[in-house]
Amino acid sequence: MADYRPPLRDVAFVLEHLVDLDALCALDEFDGIDADTLLGALEENARFTAEVIAPINRVGDIQGSVHDPATNTVRTPDGFADAYAQYVAAGWGGVPFPPAYDGGGFPWLAGIALQEFISSANMAFSMAPLLTQGAIDLLLEHGSEELKERYLRRMVTGEWTGTMNLTEPQAGSDVGAVRTRAVPQSDGSYLISGTKIYITFGEHDMADNIVHLVLARTPDAPPGTKGISCFVVPKFLVNDDGTLGERNDAVCVSIEHKMGIKASPTCVMSYGENGGAVGYLIGEENQGMRYMFTMMNNARLSVGLEGLSLAERAYQDAYTYAIERHQGRAPGAPAGEQSLIIEHPDVRRMLLTMRSLVEAMRNIVYVTAEGIDLSRHHPDAEVRAAKAEFVDLLIPVAKAWCTDMGVEVTSLAIQIWGGMGFIEESGVPQHYRDARITTIYEGTNGIQAMDLVGRKLGLRGGTAVLELFDTMAGIDAELAAAGPALDGIRVALADALASVRSSVEWTMTNGLADPRDALAGATPLLRMFSLAVAGWLMARQALAAVAVGGDEGEAKLSTASFFCTQWLPQVHGLGAQVSAGAGSLMELSAEQLASR
Amino acid sequence: MNIVVCAKQIPDPAEPGALDPQTKTLKRDGKLILDESDMYGVEMALQLAEAAGGGEVTLVSMAPDNKVDGLRSGLAMGAAKAVLVSDPALAGTDALGTAKVLAAAIGKVDGAQLVLTATESSDGYTGTVPEQIAAILGMPSITFAKSIEVRDGTVYVKRQTDAGYDEVECPLPCVVSVTAGVVEPRYPSFKGIMAAKSKPLDQLTLADTGVDAGSVGWGGGGQEIVGIEDAPAREAGEIFEDDGSGVDKIVAYLENLKIV
Repeated sequence: MADYRPPLRDVAFVLEHLVDLDALCALDEFDGIDADTLLGALEENARFTAEVIAPINRVGDIQGSVHDPATNTVRTPDGFADAYAQYVAAGWGGVPFPPAYDGGGFPWLAGIALQEFISSANMAFSMAPLLTQGAIDLLLEHGSEELKERYLRRMVTGEWTGTMNLTEPQAGSDVGAVRTRAVPQSDGSYLISGTKIYITFGEHDMADNIVHLVLARTPDAPPGTKGISCFVVPKFLVNDDGTLGERNDAVCVSIEHKMGIKASPTCVMSYGENGGAVGYLIGEENQGMRYMFTMMNNARLSVGLEGLSLAERAYQDAYTYAIERHQGRAPGAPAGEQSLIIEHPDVRRMLLTMRSLVEAMRNIVYVTAEGIDLSRHHPDAEVRAAKAEFVDLLIPVAKAWCTDMGVEVTSLAIQIWGGMGFIEESGVPQHYRDARITTIYEGTNGIQAMDLVGRKLGLRGGTAVLELFDTMAGIDAELAAAGPALDGIRVALADALASVRSSVEWTMTNGLADPRDALAGATPLLRMFSLAVAGWLMARQALAAVAVGGDEGEAKLSTASFFCTQWLPQVHGLGAQVSAGAGSLMELSAEQLASR
Repeated sequence: MNIVVCAKQIPDPAEPGALDPQTKTLKRDGKLILDESDMYGVEMALQLAEAAGGGEVTLVSMAPDNKVDGLRSGLAMGAAKAVLVSDPALAGTDALGTAKVLAAAIGKVDGAQLVLTATESSDGYTGTVPEQIAAILGMPSITFAKSIEVRDGTVYVKRQTDAGYDEVECPLPCVVSVTAGVVEPRYPSFKGIMAAKSKPLDQLTLADTGVDAGSVGWGGGGQEIVGIEDAPAREAGEIFEDDGSGVDKIVAYLENLKIV
């Protein structure tokens, strides 16, 4: 495994050419921040992350976090607590949050770039700040002033970490099946009891306190998602003067033994084993699911970003190996000499695939993050609404496609390493194992496809998605004007957009008639739609590359061209799967599907 | 106690560097970062100022094209201000000329009692500038410090040697060069980075320093780079079969290198 080198220039390229950083920094919300400051901060963070967080990635995988059943405590791997203390001291966790709560007041986009580095450096470690960020996001939006004053500041600084407690054994993707109970007390608090599973960093030794956000039902709550409320349940109660008080009745009774992200403790949390854990209602009763949805876009984007981050790290490992390892004789190489494997066309194919996918993912994630900032802070309400719609359409793409491609790219890294790639000692399998969860959590990729088909295609009666297609097709004139070098991209993109649009329209028409038909083709449709968006952004990358020129421009143009002419045409093979309908999938009975 | 740290801004060593065949010097037209060798001096200075219960740390630098990125890093670590001398006439200046310019800039810092430098830069490696600065300023010079303490106007330095360390003391003001790796330079915090934006950064020209233009630049040096060559490719190592005498051969090899 090579040392992680934060791809500062690749990130800067996206920030300078795919998003409008100057316009973003000019918004009132980001007063005093300019592009130079933001890029300068990224550079310092990159050095810190590469030198402090990345080196403990492998030891984290080998040791994992360990649960002590005698004390119900969790010990994180060697170096984690110290690195986290340095992370808190440096104040990186608060960068994209409001100065009113001691945050840095930077755009969400800047937070996304920081998150790319930390997730590439050490995904398991990054989950502590990531979950804290999600909890902050929800509290900021829906918490009372009193709750915010008591908890938020020290979560923004990172002194305290946060968790999200949704899942229970019978309530996974189906959150409405949650059974954890919350009984109101005379002092306005609630007593929480129940068991939560899959709680990331639910217990650990890196911070003084852990602020759990817990979904639970009050005694008279209606069934399903309409009866879920959200509570703050701190590990240690917090006194009025801000000091830590009694230990709450919330303990980690075990942690999971996982395929990847082994240093990130995935906890079984038991609330109320001794009478009830004290919890404080966020907002109003029965509004918990609605609150969750307000942070869901950010959380899903962050998971999509993990796909990008691991793919970037895996690409660096693959490239480093390909320019060191000699095997075989490449066509045209002198006889009797072993060639570097990077000279073999098939290895080049894999490297180009990885590199162009990484760039396409980065474009998608950063453009979506810019959309989140504009949807929140642009002065014009119409722009805010349009950007919110754009983000809604792109979230399933960012989450599902980037994580699917994260698995693909980390797998290709193993392939380039050959036999050594299958050996854990090389460090390369870790990225693949770590990546594998990303297609599952925060809404499985199947659920993302259902989200696209069931919710997103119907935005504004179907007009929203068709307008996005018009926007994407609108790049044709610019590509034509840029000269013959972009002809290949232009033709491939136009063909792909036509093909994807036709499948989207098929789904919109036939899905209304029988939702099963739409759902049967949802995953291939999301793949097609993602490829279309990725191709469009790669075409924008190509335009920018021509303008930039030089070595960097040449490289960016070449990868964009590879993507559009060799990867994007996959869409043409997916249409049949989209329009096949549910018939062939449901034809056999469940019994007939058994092996015999 | 006010402390000056000489801070060189160099091309990022992680990027492949290139020599200009015309001038036979390193190309410095790209981004410049704070030389890692100088981070130890900055860290040492910040610790000394904290131990003294006050005083400012000032960075002094000479760099082309008004480049300030490296200085911003030092300011983000906690230095209070910086002085940069940048002038097209300084291109090609040798070590002694550099020392004259830095000494002049140091002279402009109010109440500077202690001047810290690296033992040598990571791109030029002449390793002579600290002592030259001391001579020009008429100050004592102590080299290769592994630790520094200041008490009652006296500097106590543990000075690294091949055999161990010397304990040296001398009165303020003085120039001390700090050995790389003896302290752990702090990483700039996010707040430090933001604060660095608004810290004073004086930019001086050659004329502002009062240094004679004839003693700097391509023509001012008493030296000339007559040729540059690629480093020789690494030769194949020595391989011998271990017939039981392997240990002796390894020891002899290391003894020859004066490692054991």
